[in-house]
Amino acid sequence: MSKIVELKSVFAGYNDEVILKDVSLEICDDDFIGIIGPNGGGKTTLLNVVLGLIKPFKGSVEFFNNEKSLNNKIGYLPQTNKIDRKFPITVKDVVLSGLLYGNALFGSYSKSQKQKATETLKRVGICDLKEMTIGELSGGQMQKVLLARAIVSSPRLLILDEPNTFVDNQFEGELYEILRQLNEEMAVVMVSHDVGTIASYVKTIACVNRNLHYHKSNIISEEQLASYNCPIKLITHGEVPHTVLKKHNHS
Amino acid sequence: MITELLQYKFIVNSLLAGILASISCGIIGTYIVTRRMVFLSGGITHASFGGIGIGYFFGFNPVISAAIFGILSALGIEYVSKRSNIREDSAIGILWSFGMAIGIMFVFLTPGYAPNLMSYLFGSILTVSALDIWLMLALSVLLILVFSLFYRLILFIAYDQEFARTHQIDVSFFNYLLISLVALTIVLNIKVVGIILVISLLTIPQSIANLFTKNFKNIMLVSVVIALIGAFLGLLISYKINIPSGASIIFSLVMIFFIAKMFLLIKREIVLKSGLGKKF
Repeated sequence: MSKIVELKSVFAGYNDEVILKDVSLEICDDDFIGIIGPNGGGKTTLLNVVLGLIKPFKGSVEFFNNEKSLNNKIGYLPQTNKIDRKFPITVKDVVLSGLLYGNALFGSYSKSQKQKATETLKRVGICDLKEMTIGELSGGQMQKVLLARAIVSSPRLLILDEPNTFVDNQFEGELYEILRQLNEEMAVVMVSHDVGTIASYVKTIACVNRNLHYHKSNIISEEQLASYNCPIKLITHGEVPHTVLKKHNHS
Repeated sequence: MITELLQYKFIVNSLLAGILASISCGIIGTYIVTRRMVFLSGGITHASFGGIGIGYFFGFNPVISAAIFGILSALGIEYVSKRSNIREDSAIGILWSFGMAIGIMFVFLTPGYAPNLMSYLFGSILTVSALDIWLMLALSVLLILVFSLFYRLILFIAYDQEFARTHQIDVSFFNYLLISLVALTIVLNIKVVGIILVISLLTIPQSIANLFTKNFKNIMLVSVVIALIGAFLGLLISYKINIPSGASIIFSLVMIFFIAKMFLLIKREIVLKSGLGKKF
């Protein structure tokens, strides 16, 4: 497995506030990492560092190319509440914008780009919504549009910020199934506040609460939880894949 | 009557100004409305009065000094709201009133009576000069160029800045470029409808267009046409009953808005009554 991104003892935050302290993380091909942790613990800050949206105060962020894939693109699905749903733009144009990079300035989208967008829409199952304006979509449909935009460029790494908010259970199931398939082609990093349901899909879990604890499996024991004071639900795997949820009251 | 009117140079000038104002405001207004920058634009508009005051005091063309002052305020707001802890709307409020204060100070410090001051506040399309027309023409050409060359990127950034940034797009460059164009558009249209009313040309045609189309490009095109209709109607009213053109143009635009809204409501009623609504 070759490395895509490596964070080495990163300190990061906004203005004068340090949110992430001494965080190190390796993201490799085939990874499927679930990032969990309390609100304000720095989950989104960590994503922003990996995405290059904020520069760390200290430490390094390094990207790697390997021979197999020179594609160093990152697909990103932001939280939907950051998007203006009244903005006059069609589903098709949103997805196509996922193919636009800093160097592509003039003209219009090529035929192959349009085809790629259509294929991607089919893949996430919303090809019939192509001509609609985003204001006409439901929450789940909007998430799928944003997912299509994130993966249309065939990125090597897909980053999702709480994709399971504002959607129903059926959609959530569909989403994880799509992500599981995508994981065969790209690494996936997903932030979630609701660990219970993601646990059976992610391969590894990172708990972010100012600093980061990385687990090389998707099983966390109660003792481990207690040790870093991270108030989350408990997940384990038994004989039959199942999820055990336990309440934690860490001070 | 029309051929008779066209013999007057000031009438021809005001018609040209109306056309050019519709083009620039139709385009930039769509950007302002969809990015929810109406309050910011109001701030730039009023701040540019500082430039007009300075122009009066030092005795050069107030439009030029207002343009410089307007662009600097726009860039200042963009910079401050990104870099510091001040809330963006508070920064706008401060600049809004500070610009007006500077303007009032310099106007009162200027010896003698300030001619045409009212025309800057309330607009007077009949007093636009040949220089104003040339500047407005240059602006319209510049806007058409920028929006057709960078259309995809502008739409992309306006829709989701953060995502655009993850695609190695120089978002701040475009933000600074577009905010400068917003400031230029505002200042060069002050003569047409005035400082107090210029925000209307940047919002009413777009809101009307948005009733009929939800596509960014179409909103731009339809806004230009609606602004044109409003400008001509307004000019006609202004000429007939001798009131400032700014007020009559805005009055016409708001009337068009209500007629459009009524039209859509009646259309919906007809659809419901004819039984077509049962399908849904």
